[in-house]
Amino acid sequence: MIDLIIASVLTMLTAATPLVFAATGELICEKSGVLNLGVEGMMLVGAVFGFAVASFTGSALIGLLSALLAGMLAALIFAVLTLIFLSNQVATGLALTIFGTGLSALVGFDYVGKTIDRLGQIYIPVLSDLPLLGKLLFGNDLLVYLGFVMLLLTDRFLKKTRWGMILQAVGDSDVSAHALGYPVVLIRFGAVLYGGMMAGLAGGYLSLVYTPLWAEQMTAGRGWIALALVVFASWQPWRVLVGAILFGGITIVQLNAQAFGLGIPASFLNMLPYLATIVVLVLISKDATRIRLNAPACLGKPFRAAR
Amino acid sequence: MDEVIPPQLLQLKGITKEFPGCLANDRIDLDIQEGEIHALLGENGAGKSTLVKIIYGVLRPDEGELWWKGKLTQIPRPANARQLGIGMVFQHFSLFEAMTTLQNVALALPTINLDDLREKLEQTAEAYGLVLHPEHYVHDLSMGERQRIEIVRCLLQNPKLFILDEPTSVLTPQETEILFHTLRKIASEGRAVLYISHKLEEVRSLCDRATILRGGKKVDACIPSEESAHSLAEKMIGQKIEMVEKKSSIEKSGMQLEVESLHADPKQPHGVKLSDLHFHVSSGEVLGIAGIAGNGQGELMGILTGETGSPASGAIRMLSKEVNTLNPIQRRMLGAVFLPEERLGHAAVAEMTLSENTFLTSADQMHFDKRGWINWPAVANFSNQIIDDFDVRTTGEEALASSLSGGNLQKFIVGREILQHPKLLIISQPTWGVDAGAAAEIHRKIQVYAESGAAVLLISQDLDEIFLLSHRIAVISQGTLSLAEAAHEMSVEQVGLLMGMRHDQKSGNAAA
Repeated sequence: MIDLIIASVLTMLTAATPLVFAATGELICEKSGVLNLGVEGMMLVGAVFGFAVASFTGSALIGLLSALLAGMLAALIFAVLTLIFLSNQVATGLALTIFGTGLSALVGFDYVGKTIDRLGQIYIPVLSDLPLLGKLLFGNDLLVYLGFVMLLLTDRFLKKTRWGMILQAVGDSDVSAHALGYPVVLIRFGAVLYGGMMAGLAGGYLSLVYTPLWAEQMTAGRGWIALALVVFASWQPWRVLVGAILFGGITIVQLNAQAFGLGIPASFLNMLPYLATIVVLVLISKDATRIRLNAPACLGKPFRAAR
Repeated sequence: MDEVIPPQLLQLKGITKEFPGCLANDRIDLDIQEGEIHALLGENGAGKSTLVKIIYGVLRPDEGELWWKGKLTQIPRPANARQLGIGMVFQHFSLFEAMTTLQNVALALPTINLDDLREKLEQTAEAYGLVLHPEHYVHDLSMGERQRIEIVRCLLQNPKLFILDEPTSVLTPQETEILFHTLRKIASEGRAVLYISHKLEEVRSLCDRATILRGGKKVDACIPSEESAHSLAEKMIGQKIEMVEKKSSIEKSGMQLEVESLHADPKQPHGVKLSDLHFHVSSGEVLGIAGIAGNGQGELMGILTGETGSPASGAIRMLSKEVNTLNPIQRRMLGAVFLPEERLGHAAVAEMTLSENTFLTSADQMHFDKRGWINWPAVANFSNQIIDDFDVRTTGEEALASSLSGGNLQKFIVGREILQHPKLLIISQPTWGVDAGAAAEIHRKIQVYAESGAAVLLISQDLDEIFLLSHRIAVISQGTLSLAEAAHEMSVEQVGLLMGMRHDQKSGNAAA
C-alpha cells in the first residue's frame, strides 16, 4: 500500500513537471508584457526535435538540449513577428500553435512507434535507499528537481533582483520604462525567447522522460493548461506549483481509476484534471486586488518607441 | 563696468521636430544658463513637452543642434541625458502602478541596495518636506502623491539641469513654498532649472527668465517679474482672455446635496477612511473642498458617485432623495452628474470616439436610446453642439478621445455633462494639467452654470481654483472635513493650515 502511495506521488510529480517548466517560462514572458499563446506549439516542436535528435545521436541529454533550442527558435519567429513587425500577439500565438502542431507531425512522422533510452534517474547512495522518504525525496529524475529550482529561481528573480524588477516594469508600463531609458523591445525579446526555451524543455521532458516515445499531439493540451495556470495563479510562481501538482495528481488518480474499472466513462475521467485545475485556480484567483497588483498592465499590447 | 555673462549650460539651436500631420517644434532656440530658473510657457500643444523630451533624449530632433556646456552634443537616449546631468519630472508620470514607491525610485537610479535607498529616500523626502511612504503601491496613490515620487526620484539623481513639468499643480501653498525654496537653493548652487507651469503667478515669483512657445514656435522671451500674470497669459495664448469674476451675493434656494454623518471604509489597501463628514450644497452655490492629494478626495468622490457602493453609515441626499443604495446611473437619472479626476479611463474611454463617449453618460437623459437602438444622428448632433459651445479643438465628433489634448478633452467632458442640464454638478480636479486658456474657459462655464441655478460641488487641490469659484470652502484632511465657511472670510494661509490637521466637526466626537 505504502509503495503504491509513494509510486503515485512520484508519478504525480513527473506529471506536474512539464507544466512547471512551460508555465514558469510563460510567466516570465507575460511579466514582460507579451502574451504568447503558442506554448502548446512550442512544446510540440521541442518534443519532436528532442526525440528526433536523441534517437539520432543516442543521447537523451543532447536530445533535451535540442528541445530547448527548438522551442527557442519557435519563439524567435513569434518575437520577430510581434515585437518587430507588431503583429497581433493573440493571433500570432494561435498561429504558432497551429504551425507547431503541423511541423511536429511532419518531422515526427518517421519516429512514431520508435523508442529510445530515457534520461536516467539519479541515484544517490544511502539517501535514495532510506525507507519511505528516500524514494520520495531522492528517487525522482533530475528534471523534477530542476522544476522546483526553476520555480524558486523565478520567484527570487522577480521579487529580489533588479533585472526582475526591470522586467516587471516593462510589463507594467512600456511607455514609462522607455522614458526611463530601458530597452523595452530587447527585454521583451529576451523574455519571449526564454519562454520558448522553457516550453521546449517541457516538450522534451514529455518525449524523452515522461513517456519516452513520440506520438502526434502528445502534449494533449498541456500547453494550454500551462497558459491557464499562469493567469489563474495570478502570475505568482508558487501558485503555479499548486496548480501543476493538482493537475498532475488528478491525472494519476484518474488513470488509476480507469485501471480499476470503476464504471465511470473514460472520457469523463480524462476531463477531470483539466476541470479540477481550472475550478481550483478560479477560486484562488478571486482576490481582485491581488490580480491587479500582479497582472502586467501592458499584457498583449504592442509597443513602438516614438523617435 | 564689465558685465559677467554666466556660462551657458544648455543651448538649443533651431530644434525642429515633425510628427505625422503636426509640426511640434519649429526652429526653436533656447538657452539656459548656470544658476538660473528658466520658465517654459505655452498652452497645451504648443510644443513644450516635445521640446523637453528632446532635451531628455526621449525623442530625437529632425533638425537642430544641442549644445551642452559649450560642446555640440547628441542625446540619443535618456540614459545619456542622465549621464550628462539632466534630470526630469514628467508631466504624464512615468511611474509603474504595480510597484511600490521604493521600487519606482530604484528603477530610475543606478544599481543600489534597496535598504540604503529607503534611507536615502526618506532623508531626501524629509529634507524637501515631501511626505512619501516607500512601501505603498503606486496604483493606490493620488496624483499628488505620484508627483511627489517623481520629484524625489529626480532629486536623488542630483542633476545639473533639473526639468520640471508642472510640478506644483497638486501641492499646497506651504509645500509649494518649500519646493520653491529647494529650487532656488538648487539654482544658487550653480545648477539650472527648466520650469514648465501654467501657474503664471508662480512663474513670476520664481523664474529668472521665460521663453514662450505657441504653435510649436518660440514667440517671445521675457523676464517674468517684469510682467503681470495677465500679460503673460496673453503672450501665451496670443489673444485677450476674459477673466472670471465671482458674484459675492448669490441667490440660494433648495438644498441639492446633503451629506450627514458620513462614514465609509476605504475600498483600496492604504485608502483613507472617511469619518463623520457633514456638508450641503444649495442651488446656485459652489462649495469648494480643498485638500492635499490623498486625504480622502478619491474615496469621497467614489461614495458620492455610487461607484464604491454604500457608505458604512450616514446619509447622502441628492435632490431631496436619499441615494445611499442607488448606483451611479440611478443617481444620474435624478439629475446629478459626476466628473471624475481621471479624464482618460474614467471620465472618457480613450479608444472610443467623442460621439460614443457622449452616448455613454447621456443615453437615458438625452433619450438617445430608443428601445435598444441608438439614435446616432442625434448623438452626433449633441456631440457637435458640445464641440461648438465649449470650443473643443478637434477634427470632429468622430475623433478618438485619446487623440485630444488634456485641455480639449476636459472641455469636452465638462460640456457633455453641463449640456445635459443637471441640477447637481460634482466635479473633481476640473483643470488638472490643463492649459491656462482652457482652464479659464472651464472655470467660466462652471460659474455660469452655477449662476443659472445648479448646485456645484468642486473638489480640487488647486487653491487658486477653489478661491476663484467657490462661495463656501471646506477642507478635507485625513478623511475628515472642516466646517464650510464663506470664501471671502478665509485666506489662503488659513486654508493651508486646515489642510494639515484632522477635523472633528462635532465637539462631542471621541478623538480618533
